[in-house]
Amino acid sequence: MHPVVTLVAQRIALGLLLLLAVSVLIFLGTEALPGDTAQAILGQSATPEALANLRAELGLDQPALTRYFGWLGGILTGDLGVALTNGMEISSELGKRLGNTLFLAFWAAVISVPLAIILGLVAARYVGRWPDKLISGVTLSTISLPEFVVGYILLFFLGVKWQIFPPMAMAFPGMGLFERLYTVMLPVLVLVLVVLAHMMRMTRAAILNVMQSAYIETAELKGLSPMTVIARHALPNAIAPVVNVVMLNLAYLVVGVVVVEVVFAYNGVGQYLVDHVAKRDLPVVQAVGMVFAAVYIGLNILADVISILANPRLRHPK
Amino acid sequence: MSNELNYLLKRAARGLMSRREFVGRAGALGVSAAVASSMLATAARAEGPVKGGLLRAGMQGGESTNTLDPALAASEVPFAVNMLWGEMLVDVNAKGEIDYRIAEEISASADATEWKFKIRAGVEFHDGKTVTAEDVVATLKRHTDEKSQSGALGIVQGISEMKAEGDMVTLKLAAGNADLPFLMADYHLIIQPGGGVGAEAAGIGAGPYKVVSNEPGVRHAFEKHANYFDTTMGHADQVEIIVINDNTARTAALQAGQVHMINRVDPKIIDLLKGAPGISIEHVAGRGHYVFIMHVDKAPFDNNDLRMALKLAINRQEMVDKILGGYGSVGNDFPINGAYPLFDETIAQREYDPAAAAEYYKKSGHDGSPIVLRTAAGAFPGAVEAAELFQQSAAAAGIPLEIKREPDDGYWSDVWNVQPFCASYWGGRPVQDQMYSTAYLSTADWNDTKFKDPAFDATLIAARAELDPVKRKAMYSELANNLRDNGGLICPMFNDFVEAKREEVGGWEPDPNGELMNGRALARCWLNA
Repeated sequence: MHPVVTLVAQRIALGLLLLLAVSVLIFLGTEALPGDTAQAILGQSATPEALANLRAELGLDQPALTRYFGWLGGILTGDLGVALTNGMEISSELGKRLGNTLFLAFWAAVISVPLAIILGLVAARYVGRWPDKLISGVTLSTISLPEFVVGYILLFFLGVKWQIFPPMAMAFPGMGLFERLYTVMLPVLVLVLVVLAHMMRMTRAAILNVMQSAYIETAELKGLSPMTVIARHALPNAIAPVVNVVMLNLAYLVVGVVVVEVVFAYNGVGQYLVDHVAKRDLPVVQAVGMVFAAVYIGLNILADVISILANPRLRHPK
Repeated sequence: MSNELNYLLKRAARGLMSRREFVGRAGALGVSAAVASSMLATAARAEGPVKGGLLRAGMQGGESTNTLDPALAASEVPFAVNMLWGEMLVDVNAKGEIDYRIAEEISASADATEWKFKIRAGVEFHDGKTVTAEDVVATLKRHTDEKSQSGALGIVQGISEMKAEGDMVTLKLAAGNADLPFLMADYHLIIQPGGGVGAEAAGIGAGPYKVVSNEPGVRHAFEKHANYFDTTMGHADQVEIIVINDNTARTAALQAGQVHMINRVDPKIIDLLKGAPGISIEHVAGRGHYVFIMHVDKAPFDNNDLRMALKLAINRQEMVDKILGGYGSVGNDFPINGAYPLFDETIAQREYDPAAAAEYYKKSGHDGSPIVLRTAAGAFPGAVEAAELFQQSAAAAGIPLEIKREPDDGYWSDVWNVQPFCASYWGGRPVQDQMYSTAYLSTADWNDTKFKDPAFDATLIAARAELDPVKRKAMYSELANNLRDNGGLICPMFNDFVEAKREEVGGWEPDPNGELMNGRALARCWLNA
């Protein structure tokens, strides 16, 4: 078998193993939370008799091991069960929320990834001169501010003061693509600003690193223009580190945007998770945890695979 | 007023001309924009409700975990959602009187142990069925069953027998209770077809709006119930409740016109929001209160001198000014204020008195070790700051308080009702009996101050069956004084409901019973064009 195929297969197998380990951790973690679901659901209004009734009804009186294997079996068959708190089907609810989150992440990525790479190339081309300093300065300041501050600033100017984009970005079923894009523009902009710097800096650093190589000097001596040297000769060799950072940021866009969701009242998966954690709704917390872990691991495998494929030494073994 | 202006005003009030156009054309006749606006508002009121449109509220207090089962409603959004699709036997109106809803007549036996509710004829559920006396009894029965986990369990437990005969529901009580109609107005007791058994969260009721889309924690959309029995409610064709828990986001959505009204305006930004164009702040004194509670059965709070010292060491006016931004009133260490019927206004207001506090503190013989006060940001808005103010005012009396900040997560299970001294809040109840019975009766599940006094219990139960208002008022006054001087409750303030709406919303009337006109704002208000 071609060694690349073996390598890729190995990565995927490792990823699945990792996911299994994560499932154990998630289960143990949710077990360790203080208080239990029944208490959390009833809150201040819990009477002892209502508590006992609810515990028995939710099956919280069964041993942890039984509950773990029952749950794992459910995931493998695509049945995530129902939320303890309101009895709604988790897979359909989570599906809707995940769709919204992916929509937001997709458009933020579509804008931010090419933008970051182009800005990185430009910064590397004019390293140490004003375009480099301007690009670095601006992107580093937007990443240095906490995302909710960036969010509130955009909300105030673009949402309330000039009313260019709607401050409430909630997605409703039945919205057309353009209406939806218009609605989510503010959170998309915030996310772009938040992830831009990391990817841009990595692109710049990786290219500058490659630029020290002898073959770049050769290319320059051949008389190629600086931009051609960077784009045709330096960039392909800088792909591996850049891809890794891009994937980390994509993962962040899916799993880490709860603060942005709250600021713009966006119905993504983050707020869904937080609400259910607060109510100790374990089936939901575990399901979302697994989805997040799968996204993270999946994107990292993808990054590995791309790095492997981008490496000529691995593609063409002797 | 010139004829032309009058004509324009009528057209604008009927929605045939936009507000902006009216103000412009009135300006051409020499009327300033401010005067034109207020003329239009007056005219719109006189014209009565405008039908149609989509009215939206942005609300705090909703989670993805919410359900439509009225028995489980515990936060603001489910409450408001249920008030749109649901209808109770009776409602308590803004004046504190009973409004007849599904019941159209109520009569009681002389000792208030047997009550008859006549069911209004021809009230229709959203599924087309007619509301019957059997539905009412089945609903009450479901809430009596402990398995339903109903928030109204404590209310319906007192009913020993219920019977449906024709259009009459008869309830027999174990002990007389003159307040039973008020208890039936509890927001959990929404009448459902067949009592909602097997379809608890179906959202089928007899209320002014039908559920179209139910996305907990995100959005609840409704359309008008065409056969609703009460034509004074349900003006907009569609209404929506949008969950926006973040204060800034909620305010921004209102300013941008994405929602027409919001609940829980942060006291800190009221003054800023007042200056915003097209927005008005609505506030009304409610019955909810923010409290510090001491367990009277645990040291050192088992010493009434120490309790009195702490009650005297809190600066109530400062709390109202700083924590509520002035939108509230001072408390008096019992859970009742002027918003309740039969409130005794002659009870002396307890003031901040560091000298007297120091004296009581000395008398209590406390060893001088810091008294631990637990608080959390979620105990009530501003609870951490309020605890700090308390610490300072107590320090001036020589009483050392140590503030322990707890996480919001688990506060209601691990701290409240468990730790001997902590910050908390209470929403109000429609009548005094219900408030006292919920939290100060010896046997109450939520007796969070562990106050147990047989004399108090006896007077409370006697007051229930007392039909003479003068005697009843005297009994409640006795209860209030007892709690004020011996209880474990430090009640520094009653909070107002502070809300904001856009100027195109007509029909707003303050209601002290609950947020957003006791959950009826979307059904009672309308959109002026």
